[in-house]
Amino acid sequence: MTDLNWLTIREAHRLLSRREISSVELTRACLERIESVEDRVGAFLAITPDLAMEQAEKADRSLSSNGGGPLTGIPVQVKDVMCTRGIPTTCGSRMLEDYVPVYDSTAVARLLDRGAVVLGKGNMDEFAMGSSCENSAFHPARNPWDLDRVPGGSSGGGSASVAAAEATYALGSDTGGSVRQPAAMCGVVGMKPSYGLVSRYGLVAYASSLDQIGPIGRSVEDCALVLNAIAGHDPRDSTSLPGPAPDYLSGIENEIAGLRLGVPSEYFAEGVEPGVREAVETAAKALEGLGASVQEVSLPTTRYALACYYIIAPAECSANLARYDGVKYGASYQDAGDIWEAMERTRQYGFGPEVTRRVMLGTYALSAGYYDAYYLKAQQVRTLIRQDFARVFETVDALVTPTSPVVAFRLGEKTADPVQMYQTDVCTLPVNIAGLPGLSVPCGFSQGLPVGMQLIGPHLADATLLRIGHAYQQATSWHEARPPL
Amino acid sequence: MPLDRAQVVHIATLARIGLTDAEIEMFTEQLANILEQFDILNELDTQGVEPTSNAGDLRTVMRDDAPRDSLDPEEVLSNAPRREGDYFRVKAVLQEE
Repeated sequence: MTDLNWLTIREAHRLLSRREISSVELTRACLERIESVEDRVGAFLAITPDLAMEQAEKADRSLSSNGGGPLTGIPVQVKDVMCTRGIPTTCGSRMLEDYVPVYDSTAVARLLDRGAVVLGKGNMDEFAMGSSCENSAFHPARNPWDLDRVPGGSSGGGSASVAAAEATYALGSDTGGSVRQPAAMCGVVGMKPSYGLVSRYGLVAYASSLDQIGPIGRSVEDCALVLNAIAGHDPRDSTSLPGPAPDYLSGIENEIAGLRLGVPSEYFAEGVEPGVREAVETAAKALEGLGASVQEVSLPTTRYALACYYIIAPAECSANLARYDGVKYGASYQDAGDIWEAMERTRQYGFGPEVTRRVMLGTYALSAGYYDAYYLKAQQVRTLIRQDFARVFETVDALVTPTSPVVAFRLGEKTADPVQMYQTDVCTLPVNIAGLPGLSVPCGFSQGLPVGMQLIGPHLADATLLRIGHAYQQATSWHEARPPL
Repeated sequence: MPLDRAQVVHIATLARIGLTDAEIEMFTEQLANILEQFDILNELDTQGVEPTSNAGDLRTVMRDDAPRDSLDPEEVLSNAPRREGDYFRVKAVLQEE
């Protein structure tokens, strides 16, 4: 393995644009690394070496002729929840095992337009439902810091591939923490942009009022570079915000002196491991050392977020996943008496247990007689959670919390009890409920495993979070640690 | 609200998911445990609180009703489990009684 594998996007671009390295060399280094560690890490559901080399050669021509852009020739892993034209997109499910999209998702198309090199598709919990990558219908991914442990989920393949130096960066999706939580557990940076900032066209839908695509990288600056490429209005997604997105790099070097940071006590309560709490508190002090003011704040609705989320997300999931009926694409079980039995069998064999659980839960929450008690109630609580954040953001510019209450746990440790598994997302769920941006930055270790600090800001304050995260990384070196793989 | 076996069977029918007896047992227990976690929401008085369905502030987005390119029928049908001509083929929906 060469040092090429550990380059950030920024560093790789500098070398590529000076033609000190070629995209072919960089891509080959990634493919060789995949060759040597992937059977242990399991971060990919599909590897596309021929396509990657072809794209790398094309990128080299563009770099030679016009210098290329910041992402030209740089290898990326794309979570298998995003449609890639001509490349199978399974969503980690038997249901879509043989599905080959005929179009690219907008986020992927924007990367390809900028000369990205796609190494393959990232492992994930089935339909992005899960917190450990163990719900992948094909094989689990493992944590590069300890192969007996999970990488987190659902974008476990993305964070594992970046942490294992298989890919320079990855694209994930985050409905309740699925980019940030695995980034924290693998010691890399992960961002969930504000709701509406990145088009979801071609993203296989899970819970549409919560889903958002986001970058996973080695540095905060890299995430800003990727966000610059994928953010901005898309007429194909009616929920994408109008107008162009700002340049997330332009103010990233600005100092953070004078910024007001809040530490919400509820995020450091029972259930948060002492080692995680200490690392995040130390990180908050470091931010104070950089000139930000830090004050304790309170978000009393935090304890209701888990229940709120696990009503709303399954309800939306039950509606979104109704499309898997064995008619237009995907698995189809036809050895049945009538059309209804064919659908029931198709869904029985196509969906794994967690997906079935959430479809059932959502169907129940939306069904006659229970709608008001569950779904309407959860939507009202959602309003209260949003108001809680809005109130706190009158006095602070951003919040500092743990990303995950626990470090990476062992495979199999939490699979028997769904509620225990759900609780690993307790710090990240409120951010999706309120549509806010969230950024996870490596901030230390506990029991030899990475800990992530989460920064949360008001809607569309993505640039502020990137600026804080970047300032922190300029002053610390946690993100430079490499797993003993 | 505890959940019983009959309700789980009813939900599975609504969701059109076939379940084995063992799965019905498992989901009856697991879904009941999860629903129990939801009781906490009753601590909050939500009388008169407007529900939030979407964390964005966009409301009904309109676009011009203008023709634009669409996918080629061959491409659209390329993933079809069963097709007949330019159609998706399904089992009969209506049956003679």
